[in-house]
Amino acid sequence: MTYLDTLLFVALPYVAIVVFLVGTIGRYTTAGFSITSLSAQFLEGRSGFWGTVPFHIGILILFLGHLFIFLFPDLALLWNSNPVRLIIHEGIAFTFGLVVLVAIVGLLIRRWTHPRLRMVTSPMDIAIELMLLFQVVLGCWVALGYRWGSSWFAADLSPYLWSILSLSPETDAIAAMPWVIKLHVVGAFIIVLIFPFTRLVHFLVAPLHYLWRPYQVVMWYWDRKKIRRADTAWQSTRPHNN
Amino acid sequence: MDVRSQISMVFHLDKCIGCHTCSIACKNIWSDRKGAEYMWWNNVETKPGTGYPGKWEDQLIYKGGWEKQGDDIGLKGAGKRKGLTNIFHNPNLPVIDDYYEPFTYKYLDLIESPAGDDQPTARPVSLITGEPMDIKMGPSWDDDLSGSPDYARNDPNLASLSPEEQAAMFQLERMAFFYLPRICNHCLNPACVASCPSGAIYKRGEDGVVLINQDVCRGWRMCVTACPYKKTYYNWQTGKSEKCILCYPRIEAGYAPACMHSCVGRIRYLGVVLYDADKLHDVACAEEDQLVDSQLDMLLDPTDPEVIAAAKANGMADSTIKAAQGSPVYRFVKEFGMALPLHPEFRTLPMLFYVPPLLPVMASLGKKQNEDQELNTIAKRWDDQWLYDTSTEDLWGTIDESRFPLEYLASLFSAGDTEKVKIRVKKLMAVRIYRRHKTVGDISKERAEEALAEVGLTAPLADDIYYLTSLAKFDDRFVIPPAHREEAIEMLENTGDRKGNLGFGFKEGTARRGL
Ligand code: SF4
Ligand code: SF4
Repeated sequence: MTYLDTLLFVALPYVAIVVFLVGTIGRYTTAGFSITSLSAQFLEGRSGFWGTVPFHIGILILFLGHLFIFLFPDLALLWNSNPVRLIIHEGIAFTFGLVVLVAIVGLLIRRWTHPRLRMVTSPMDIAIELMLLFQVVLGCWVALGYRWGSSWFAADLSPYLWSILSLSPETDAIAAMPWVIKLHVVGAFIIVLIFPFTRLVHFLVAPLHYLWRPYQVVMWYWDRKKIRRADTAWQSTRPHNN
Repeated sequence: MDVRSQISMVFHLDKCIGCHTCSIACKNIWSDRKGAEYMWWNNVETKPGTGYPGKWEDQLIYKGGWEKQGDDIGLKGAGKRKGLTNIFHNPNLPVIDDYYEPFTYKYLDLIESPAGDDQPTARPVSLITGEPMDIKMGPSWDDDLSGSPDYARNDPNLASLSPEEQAAMFQLERMAFFYLPRICNHCLNPACVASCPSGAIYKRGEDGVVLINQDVCRGWRMCVTACPYKKTYYNWQTGKSEKCILCYPRIEAGYAPACMHSCVGRIRYLGVVLYDADKLHDVACAEEDQLVDSQLDMLLDPTDPEVIAAAKANGMADSTIKAAQGSPVYRFVKEFGMALPLHPEFRTLPMLFYVPPLLPVMASLGKKQNEDQELNTIAKRWDDQWLYDTSTEDLWGTIDESRFPLEYLASLFSAGDTEKVKIRVKKLMAVRIYRRHKTVGDISKERAEEALAEVGLTAPLADDIYYLTSLAKFDDRFVIPPAHREEAIEMLENTGDRKGNLGFGFKEGTARRGL
């Protein structure tokens, strides 16, 4: 294990995770106003559909796929044990990788060429978009060049990531990986590191609770029944919502 | 009975002079910020016309409001399924060009240009990109352009008129139009609230003001689609949606909202109405021809002992009940029966009511048939040949054959029911006849009383209408319930304290502090 490996696969992950946790929680609690999707559709119109939608759907599927293998490596290995299924798996991953690749390039061009969108683009937006582009290119490369990449992920990288999380980092497996995969892993940690400072934070506030909420929201500043009673006026009751 | 209070408004359209003072007052206080330049929380549009944003009433384009789905209602273009599936790209979102691209002029060029043979000019530049631009559209671009093909003829409400009626209307196009000032209606069944995936929009229980919590809004943009009145706006700079806040910091301090305070025509009235929240769902789901009636039925009589008892049981302050009893809105809407909600068919149960305009309806325009024909002496003359007839010889003649098809007004104010508009316009007319009897005296008492009786008014009621329409002082027009100081402190937390701030309420827990 070289110093570089330790730096990239032990130090970087921990720094990234700590910064991610402190950064997102801090931003959510102290600067909630800054957390938004920053949608540019309003300035652009209908044409954005062809970039935004494939990008979001593609990257969500890729993310969930990675998450699944990370959580259930045995299931992934079981699936991959048959070569046909392995090819299907890698094929799907590669297809969505390509979709996202095309979409990101499209979105970058759109940001660059649309004068209105340029006005609402920050350097960080470009930085994170380039990082994602970098990741997707590497991911596609892995899917194409190392067709058993997903089994590697399940067999070697998932245990590595778990070893990081359980605070007993094991880097032998990752140190032996091809450099493309190493770069992909490093890229992932860099994205985790800068995540709290980018517009990606809107991913964490995906409004799934909408599904359970009643449609109408009424907020009362005071509990209306208690406010009129002298003995309760100054007690601490949380305002309720109905 | 679940009695709640709502701050509600009446706009008396006969009195609006289209001066846009209200819009400017609002803009100066709330939306003079980057990203908000294009927003007019208060706007005044010329009707017939396409309005702002263009054709906002056409829900085939914008998919706003609620629609009947079986026995229930659902959002037309948003909601849980449509909202979440369209969250990456909302196909029903208006874009900035549907409003207009905000612009300014390079005034500095006037001063800093080097001396030359030509006058320096201040070129228009976009407030988004800073680049020079050709202005294609601006705030109230269609002002007074009622006759123009681009605006008046594209008014979605004309769909309810026959081609002949449309033709007749446009013959008079140069004189027949009126102004429609619009703000957020602070609806009882707000589509904006229901459509917000984040739950950032909420209705305040105490006074019914609808607000967007800027800390919780994540820019999913569904409210912009869902509000059928297009009164939520997406701030392209902050990535958050914003809307009229009914100047709640002013209301809490006992002042009228800025648009109302500054209204030159004094057309605006604001007061509390009490309503029965148990009926909300049924009213919102009512059949289209029942919508107006059931919405008005939901408003409760604030002097009824039962209502008062139920209000108190619900924790309503005595001062609020008292304000409801003196509410000019309740008088106009329920006692006088003269005001109607705008586009009730959107089913948001808007709490801004309009007294429909009499003037564009009232007069008829006739041409002298032959040289010998006597033109009515008390009527105004257009010129020697044309008669702009506002005479009262034949009591309702001008309304029954009005130059402004009542269908048009009905499409705006009563989901197409002309009778509802007609009775209200007749009331306006009856009060005029009655006042003419009182002041000019050329109309007999009998005729005046006949006119009043026919529309169900009495002389004292007509006096009240006259007073509240023409003479009402500030405190008569705005009956604002005191926000109890202990509540006001909580509500005012985080409110912008200077011009240019985001002056919004934040949906945070109200940490208790002693006074
Ligand atoms: S007018 Fe529109 S923004 Fe205002 S409360 Fe109604 S639905 Fe919401
Ligand atoms: S200030 Fe009053 S009179 Fe003037 S346009 Fe606005 S509503 Fe009409």
